[in-house]
Amino acid sequence: MSKRVVLEASHAVAEAVKMADVDVVAAYPITPQTHIPERLAEMVAEGELEAAYIPVESEHSAMSCVLGSAAVGARSFTTTAAQGLELMHEAVYIASSHRYPIVMAICNRALSAPISIWCDHSDAMSCRDVGWISVFCQNNQEAFDMTAWAFRVGEDPEVMFPVMVNLDGFTLSHVTEPLLLPDQKDVDRYIPKYSYRLALNPDSPTSHGGFGLPDVYTEVKYAQEVALRNSMPVLEKGWKEFEEIFGRSYNAIETYKAEGAETLIVTMGSLGETAKMVVDGMRENGVAVGHLNIRLWRPFPFAAFRQAVKGIKSLAVLDRAISFGGPGGPVASELKAALYDCEDRPKVMSFVGGLGGREVDNPVFEYMVNRTMEVTASGSDVLYEPLEVRGLEQGSGVRG
Amino acid sequence: MAMKGYKLPNEVPWNDIELGAIVTEPGSASFKRTGDWRTEHPVVHKEDCIKCGICWLHCPDAAIIPQDDGYFEPDLFHCKGCGICSAVCPKKCITMEQEVEQ
Repeated sequence: MSKRVVLEASHAVAEAVKMADVDVVAAYPITPQTHIPERLAEMVAEGELEAAYIPVESEHSAMSCVLGSAAVGARSFTTTAAQGLELMHEAVYIASSHRYPIVMAICNRALSAPISIWCDHSDAMSCRDVGWISVFCQNNQEAFDMTAWAFRVGEDPEVMFPVMVNLDGFTLSHVTEPLLLPDQKDVDRYIPKYSYRLALNPDSPTSHGGFGLPDVYTEVKYAQEVALRNSMPVLEKGWKEFEEIFGRSYNAIETYKAEGAETLIVTMGSLGETAKMVVDGMRENGVAVGHLNIRLWRPFPFAAFRQAVKGIKSLAVLDRAISFGGPGGPVASELKAALYDCEDRPKVMSFVGGLGGREVDNPVFEYMVNRTMEVTASGSDVLYEPLEVRGLEQGSGVRG
Repeated sequence: MAMKGYKLPNEVPWNDIELGAIVTEPGSASFKRTGDWRTEHPVVHKEDCIKCGICWLHCPDAAIIPQDDGYFEPDLFHCKGCGICSAVCPKKCITMEQEVEQ
């Protein structure tokens, strides 16, 4: 039987890591992620979790430590945010290239400068191409569930990739919500014992981190790329098994009231919950709008996304990051690329907002929907529209 | 130099690459010919050699091999032609000779 508890998402993640019976945690505290390592350190100190907790001197060391523990086959977890993720950046690539199934929770936070401790997705976007599996959460229950899922699928012999679990800083990390904590025996059933065939071991020596000359580097990278794309069926199976055991259903792409909708609001992360409330309100007023949540960001679920937007006229995409000098919001650009070769593709309207903790409330989403419908009818040549910039007339777009 | 059953990285197709490109054959770097990187190779003039072994100590690639007779010879499969052996020789009995296209 599951137990109903009241937890902030940070503690929900810590509970999931404990129930996954992790062997090594190495982390450096950074706002708004601090409560995760704090709670895990407490669990280890109190004997609730039998694991090595390594209080490292930086995020670069945190990632380096879990690279080492993963190399010997230990189930390993780390967690960070924003500047911390940037500091560990070069080591982040090594985890995916070595195919170590490390799990990392990221409490999404804006990047400096100016210093902001509040939420946006610029940290996650800086890790777009690091080769990790990347998933976003909408609420505290999902923060627990996606962390458990991350261990289950990352360690699958057909996957063997690290997984980053993105949860919005403060909006989720520090907000207390009721959620269901499953029984330990169900978690044990869901996450099997992990054994790493290539673990560093003097009895059967292996070398990790070899030199790749030009005659082999291309083949190594292609093998990695194919493996990440091929992980998709296991990622989906991981959610199916999750539903069978715990009763909650997840998918790479999830729609809400998409039936009969002309326009879908597209979000990643906790703003999906606000968007769904906006959809409810606008539907009552006869506006044909629905919502699309991108849960899985990497590998990008192209087929599921194209299927989900069939017959939809337009997408109002909210990006919480700027791609400076680029083609628009990073998510919107991705969706445009995914749709370019499709006939009857929906118009993609890119909005950038919610930066550095700026509130995105109902009127902002309502504006996005109305504006998208208007632009779909009239046509537009803007790359994207920044939302609510003081001194900038609403409706002004950024052009290439 | 090749070991039986061992494939050099440039012989392996992408779908035979070990998970994470992890190396399961200890010491396999020694199978890689690095001798074709050099532009000059060392030549030992034994008549002046005092068998001091300073060249052997300084070679960064362990490509100076002690011989049974006490002299030292370069391993040209691995030698990259850096010239350190020649530079450190107290008797100046190792000269660097230009590689010529065979």
